[in-house]
Amino acid sequence: MTQGFEVYSNGEEQTMSTLLEVKNLATQFHTEGGVVKAVDGVSYHIDEQEIIGLVGESGCGKSVSQLSVMQLISSPGKIVGGEIIFEDQNLLKYEANGAKMRSIRGAKIAMIFQEPMTSLNPVLTIGRQLTETLELHLGMNGETARTRAIELLSLVGIPSGENRINNYPHQFSGGMRQRVMIAMAISCNPRILIADEPTTALDVTTQAQLLELMKAMVERFHASLIIVTHNLGVVARYAQRIYIMYAGRIVEAGTTKDIFANPRHPYTIGLLKCIPRLDEEKGRKLVPIEGLPPNLINMKATCAFAPRCSTGSKRCSTDPWPPLTHIGNQHYVGCFLNDEEKKSELSA
Amino acid sequence: MSEKQTTLLGASEAPPPVSEWRRFRRVFFQRKIVMFGLIVLSLLVFTAIFAPWLAPHDPYRGKMADSLSQPSMKYLMGTDIQGRDTLSRLIYGSRTALMVGFLVVGIAAIVGSALGLVAGYFGGIPNMIIMRAMDALMGFPMLLLALLLAAVLGGGIQNVIIALAFATLPGYARVMHGLTLSVKENDYIMAEKAMGSSNARTMLKHILPNALPPMIVLITVWLGLTILAEANLSFLGIGIKPPGAAWGSMVNDGYQYLLMNPILSFAPGLTIMVVAFAFIMVGDGLRDALDPRLRGLL
Amino acid sequence: MNSQLNDTILDVRDLRMYFPVTMGLLRRKVADVKAVDGVTFKLKRGETLGLVGESGCGKTTVGRCIIRLYQPTGGQILFEGEDITSLPEEKIRNLRSKMALIFQDPYSSLDPRQNAGNIVGEPLIIHSMVKNQSEYRNRVEELLRIVGLDPSMKDRFPHEFSGGQRQRIGVARALACEPSVIICDEPISALDVSIQAQVINLLEQLQEGLKGLSYLFIAHDLSVVRHISDRVAVMYLGRIVEITDSQMLYKNPLHPYTKALLSAIPIADPFVEETRERIILKGEVPSPLNPPPGCSFHPRCFQAIPECSQSIPPLHEVNEGHEVACIRV
Repeated sequence: MTQGFEVYSNGEEQTMSTLLEVKNLATQFHTEGGVVKAVDGVSYHIDEQEIIGLVGESGCGKSVSQLSVMQLISSPGKIVGGEIIFEDQNLLKYEANGAKMRSIRGAKIAMIFQEPMTSLNPVLTIGRQLTETLELHLGMNGETARTRAIELLSLVGIPSGENRINNYPHQFSGGMRQRVMIAMAISCNPRILIADEPTTALDVTTQAQLLELMKAMVERFHASLIIVTHNLGVVARYAQRIYIMYAGRIVEAGTTKDIFANPRHPYTIGLLKCIPRLDEEKGRKLVPIEGLPPNLINMKATCAFAPRCSTGSKRCSTDPWPPLTHIGNQHYVGCFLNDEEKKSELSA
Repeated sequence: MSEKQTTLLGASEAPPPVSEWRRFRRVFFQRKIVMFGLIVLSLLVFTAIFAPWLAPHDPYRGKMADSLSQPSMKYLMGTDIQGRDTLSRLIYGSRTALMVGFLVVGIAAIVGSALGLVAGYFGGIPNMIIMRAMDALMGFPMLLLALLLAAVLGGGIQNVIIALAFATLPGYARVMHGLTLSVKENDYIMAEKAMGSSNARTMLKHILPNALPPMIVLITVWLGLTILAEANLSFLGIGIKPPGAAWGSMVNDGYQYLLMNPILSFAPGLTIMVVAFAFIMVGDGLRDALDPRLRGLL
Repeated sequence: MNSQLNDTILDVRDLRMYFPVTMGLLRRKVADVKAVDGVTFKLKRGETLGLVGESGCGKTTVGRCIIRLYQPTGGQILFEGEDITSLPEEKIRNLRSKMALIFQDPYSSLDPRQNAGNIVGEPLIIHSMVKNQSEYRNRVEELLRIVGLDPSMKDRFPHEFSGGQRQRIGVARALACEPSVIICDEPISALDVSIQAQVINLLEQLQEGLKGLSYLFIAHDLSVVRHISDRVAVMYLGRIVEITDSQMLYKNPLHPYTKALLSAIPIADPFVEETRERIILKGEVPSPLNPPPGCSFHPRCFQAIPECSQSIPPLHEVNEGHEVACIRV
């Protein structure tokens, strides 16, 4: 059962134009044990020059939803429903490996992957990997591409590009490799940059450098950035709007300040109560979210968070997953409790 | 303990147990050829156990009058130069094959694994010494080495067993060494050391059981190959000689009469082939069922 | 008999651990990786000391030296007053029942061929802590209960447990011989965020319940370290650069590296984030094979002066309980 909601239903949007709109995306994996609904009716959008965050723990579907946008899903996974509207076209109408998608992937929508160790081809020089993209998407010839590649390297903070352009990935440190990835991603002036878990696998100080770099690049090229992460601190610092995901669905969405100041979904509230904060007072007790992450195989149609939820009514285990309801300025929550509250608010 | 206890995490909160046994059974029994191999091996064991009841005649003594007779109702596969029934000798040959196979593999696997385990666990100088020695042994083609040793030690079944064991043990040592190194990478081995476990305990209780599944595959396959190797040696004249019933020497004996009584060589030859093949198929099936990632490695 | 009951349980003095780099067939030593290069601190009974730093800082190596998985190259480690730095292997066995280690990876820290009960109970057998079968069984069940696991699961194998539950088994195993010090080496970084809190709370509860249990909490996540520790030591390239109580570390960090580290960690609060000072360091952590001369942080330091490269700044006390290794402080 999928859920969906209309962003524009209240007519309160939007002067900044929307770059990408995902509607009711559904991606499934058919495994030996059963069907995994990795993304189960997810809708979100990103506007021009915006930074949004897709937040959730492992298995919530945030990475799979981005890979679906790029149509990088391969068997046993399959995109089974929804629309991905980019530049007035539904990308899902196009073949995953067709010319149209290939012209978009890496050029108009670029992705920076999590593992700097494995996402670069070890047998090609980084210069070659950069120029390859430039030649492919921008039709540059050898000399022009080379010059541009060196420019890009210095833009991402790798000096003496003429020397380094002939080096292989293993000659770079992890942080440097990630910079090369960023260079590759921005090389064709993308409209949207997707950063998939950019804060793992690297030291904290290096992470900080790279996130600042990504922000600077996005600003410089007037692009938009989607940050996929489990780290609430990162989205608090960089994102303007956040989507919180759990078990393949969005459970809460809104501006960053709204979500942190006024979290409404029990999962969001639970997350905020259970993470240690750098600035907390001594003696603060963490309130863990009880239970285990959900088993995604053959999930029931009811709210997947209900078994772990400390609040909740009988509805939560009998009714199908609650749809997202609008509770104020771009703030949406998918929870029956909020429904009841709103009803009583309205009737009061 | 504070009064506020976290609720005990019960079995219901654990992820559903992935039935390892069921998956194993499914993969193992899915290939027909593995099933064929299993049937052949069961037949082999059955024959070896019940040989005295199955064999129609005495395999060791024959009637000279019936020498070199063609297959008939009395002698289903004919007789050899001494008048001994081929079928009976074939049946009793299963005992020799299994005995030699298990003894050779048993000795080689135990000694080889022990060496590989110790070399891999301790590293450094013991590792260098042991593994270089194994490399040296492996430099010789197995059959040649076995031949050499058997020739030096003299023929006879005991020396064949020793020779073959010696020639094949580096293989086990090599595999065990590699497995030990990879198992050692795991944190739980460091945990053993940190909790005060002795070297012997860690090696025997923790590394060995984790290295065992691939070793079992190796052992199964090598049982077949050993039978083949013994047959080769017997064929070359070293090893078991008549009246002892061994398939390899039967092939050798029957060689001279290939045109007149082809069955004398073909029957044991075919049997060797089928049995060795069966072992290899079962080993293959075991490997797939245990861990398909081992494909190409073993 | 120790007349003055000193409540320092672990006293580490100028600990050094160098790993030789060898080349060639004859394994000639060509250089040293100075993983730990002069580390000094004390751990009191019942206290939690956090050891935090980025890759190559040596914090994991410190933990392993203390439990004598390595033989230190230099310096001294005193445990309960006794010098254990060069104790021979036979004597170390006794030590292993008093100090325990918890690992980062819940998937490789448990033997997949042993069930939970055996894993937890093995230290009891190794150190002959129980007299008979029933005592063993009772103790194993008790340990499982203490860490919040249903004792009926003791016959299950690791792959039948979730990551968080496996960590609990690891904790139970560490507690088996009633150690006085548990060295926690990144115990939660491999777990989901919502599960991390469960394990952190478990560790805190254990300390409250078992008086006198000390933790050396090694991690790279300063938020977590600050939360669970009484005092925190910040390490950089094999040395401690600052050590103080966890409140002071945030309110009044003195070493420039500490300041940069704190600034690099985003806080889950956009209102706070708006007002924070952002310090972005240049460059990356240098390799321990080739540390900079003098203060190893000076090439990236925003407060560096020429003298910084001339000598290694010693760890000196600035306020009570607050030590820093920087000549500008």
